[in-house]
Amino acid sequence: MRQARTVLPTYSADIFGVCSALYELGGMTVMHDASGCNSTYTTHDEPRWYDSDSLVFISGLTEMEAIMGDDSKVINDMLSAIHEFHPAFAVLAGSPIPMMTGFDFSSVAAELEARSGIPCFGFQTNGMRSYICGVSEAFAAFAERMTDENVKRKEKSVNILGATPLDFSINGTVESMREILRQNDFEVIGTWAMGSSMDDLRLAGEASVNLVVSGAGMKAAKILKEKFGTPYVVGTMMGKTMTDKVIQAIRQTGDDGSDRIVFSNENAQDETDFYIIGEGVLSRSLAYAIKLECGMMPRVIYPLELLTELDGILSDMDIHVMEEEEIIEACANAKLVIADPLYRSILPENCRLIPLPHEAFSGRIARKQIPDYTKIDLKEMIGGIML
Amino acid sequence: MLKRVGEKQVNPSVHISKAAFPSPFPSELEFSAPARGTWTIVHVGMLVPEAHEIFVCAAGCLRGVVLSAAEMNLMGHFSTVAIEEHNVLDGDMEELIIEGVTDILNRLPKLPPAVLVYSSCIHHFMGCDLEMCYNTLRERFPGVDFVDCYMIPTMRKSGLTPDQIMRRQLYSLLRPTEKKINACSIIGNCFSLAESSDLVKLIRKAGFTLYQIPDMKTYEEYLKMSESAFCITTQLVAKAAGDALESRLGQTHLYLPLCYSTEEIRKNMEKLAGKLGISYDGDRAAEETAEEALDKAFEVIGKTAIAVDYTFTPRPLGLARLLISHGFNIKVLYLDSFNKEEESDFQWLKENVPELEICPTVHPAMRKVQRGSEEKVLALGQKAAYFTDTCYFVNLVEGGSLYGFDGIRRLAELMIDAFKQEKDTEMLIQRKGLGCESCI
Repeated sequence: MRQARTVLPTYSADIFGVCSALYELGGMTVMHDASGCNSTYTTHDEPRWYDSDSLVFISGLTEMEAIMGDDSKVINDMLSAIHEFHPAFAVLAGSPIPMMTGFDFSSVAAELEARSGIPCFGFQTNGMRSYICGVSEAFAAFAERMTDENVKRKEKSVNILGATPLDFSINGTVESMREILRQNDFEVIGTWAMGSSMDDLRLAGEASVNLVVSGAGMKAAKILKEKFGTPYVVGTMMGKTMTDKVIQAIRQTGDDGSDRIVFSNENAQDETDFYIIGEGVLSRSLAYAIKLECGMMPRVIYPLELLTELDGILSDMDIHVMEEEEIIEACANAKLVIADPLYRSILPENCRLIPLPHEAFSGRIARKQIPDYTKIDLKEMIGGIML
Repeated sequence: MLKRVGEKQVNPSVHISKAAFPSPFPSELEFSAPARGTWTIVHVGMLVPEAHEIFVCAAGCLRGVVLSAAEMNLMGHFSTVAIEEHNVLDGDMEELIIEGVTDILNRLPKLPPAVLVYSSCIHHFMGCDLEMCYNTLRERFPGVDFVDCYMIPTMRKSGLTPDQIMRRQLYSLLRPTEKKINACSIIGNCFSLAESSDLVKLIRKAGFTLYQIPDMKTYEEYLKMSESAFCITTQLVAKAAGDALESRLGQTHLYLPLCYSTEEIRKNMEKLAGKLGISYDGDRAAEETAEEALDKAFEVIGKTAIAVDYTFTPRPLGLARLLISHGFNIKVLYLDSFNKEEESDFQWLKENVPELEICPTVHPAMRKVQRGSEEKVLALGQKAAYFTDTCYFVNLVEGGSLYGFDGIRRLAELMIDAFKQEKDTEMLIQRKGLGCESCI
């Protein structure tokens, strides 16, 4: 049956995606929920929690507040916290019960903004969609409202869009991507949103190219293109050869202003028994990187929402399935799968799993095994089965 | 708060002399400190041997519970049914539960003897007919015992809390059966009380069979708890479980709370002895041993600052009173509300140590406080260890397996060990469900 999972966990939820995306930007994010969301996010989905003091809270919604429609509690509590902590902006994101009661997030955000004098955002998340939706909406809202319009474009400069620990963990990939760009004489204006400040992100319009490293960065890329005319390149640096391709694409796009999808024309064979399960842009990048270095093209199984912004990013050959039974079916002939280790239990008996932990799926369980993607040795990863 | 290093910050703590009882802090936004040793409803539910847990919730709510199970390496005993937006609009919640659970059970390699089905806030807001769901499932799977469980944090201030309900439901599978007059159970605890504890020792002395759920290995063993003539609870959070067994199975419920005052421990033991049909004239040896252990601990720890938090024991004020009475330097108590049973200890502390700091754990300002202290701190509890940023702490939740004078003795020994041995606080306190298997 759809929606029933016997052994697979769920992906991180939209509300946590919002928190993760905005975590380092000096704002305050409040999850409008009773109590569980806060500890779930901070335990499983936020590796930066222990050692930082980013402002993420829960509203502590109660039954009576929900039934009576008492929005004043969360509004007053947020105003009190804004007064105490002076965040650069404030965010209220929803969970299932506010969705049910029809909580008006945009109106509440408008009221908060009017009364606090700082930018305030309301996100109609409901905890029923995956993190990719939340990250995407958060970056999009930031691109629309918070980027400075009066900036001048700089040649050979790049924004990295779509970087959160949910897709990249905190094991050095994002820092490596920035370093590689610098080594190739690109200035990194901002990384959305790890290792950059809100002020860095405000200058997004200075970039000559936006590099989209996960599907969650795609909507922001399109908004920035509309707002500043900045072209984008879609692809994640996965190992040496793919990294070179990404750099090459950024150069070309910087020169001709055309958008590029680094892996766009490469498809797996229909009859393949080699699959990658995971986030779209990362998985497509990895598949292409394997093709480049190992000569074989795995097929991508994409288990998250098909955002409209991803049209043209994922291939017709990719398999879009979100339910456990469908994923089992899609992998029925698999001999080799690259996926988070928690997928192991649904793979056929004779199938080999190359574990590639994904924080948005298995949380902190295998965090230490998440590699720096730019440094993946694909030949070693695939082992002795290269074609 | 303990003296902090660094910039001046908002300090939400209050002296106990100024603290309101039982709610010293107003309700505001809440912060979640990364101390995860207390058990969740997933951990508690797994105490039913061989059972399978099925949570029916939105993905965001499932995220925490499913990864709790995964971290316990118990995904083979855990499944989920995700509620999606269309279910709310279509009003097909009952069908989702029935068909989702049915599908999962049909796909399991073997039917479990018991299934804990957890509904969530959304079911209750929508008026979902849960009774019909469970009845239908019972008809479909006559060989399986179903338990209605609840992940309903939105209702946490409306009647019993989800934690209280969970501990009650844990025993709802026990069936009416013939009682054994010499069998009893201690229920509602995550940890079995130690054999050396006053309570267990007295039960053994009376020749009674004792059941404690953490000791149970099979479902059959678990069901034997039905035979108990009486049941004992030692924590307020478990009291509803005892009351339920008394009214449903006729097991007399003895509430003998974990406590730290000599008088209350004696009173509890006398009450138990009466039920066991034996005499109890106090246990001077145990009392003296406890006193000696505290004295010895004080010799080692001296006036070192001590911080205690509410996850360490359900009676943090009573513990503070005991330790202060023995010369220890309790500087701060981390708690968000007082246990209503502790009003007399509250009054005593208010009169005797008016400057004792009461510090919240969820208040938003706790996110910004600079953790740590210039002086060495011994923490009792994970949250106290986190906020004081100390590597000297006793890693225990809910009082662990300690009880009575023997519990005080063991606590004193644990304090000495903790004072002498550094711990990896960051690693230890982030593990969920202290005492459970963890792959973290």
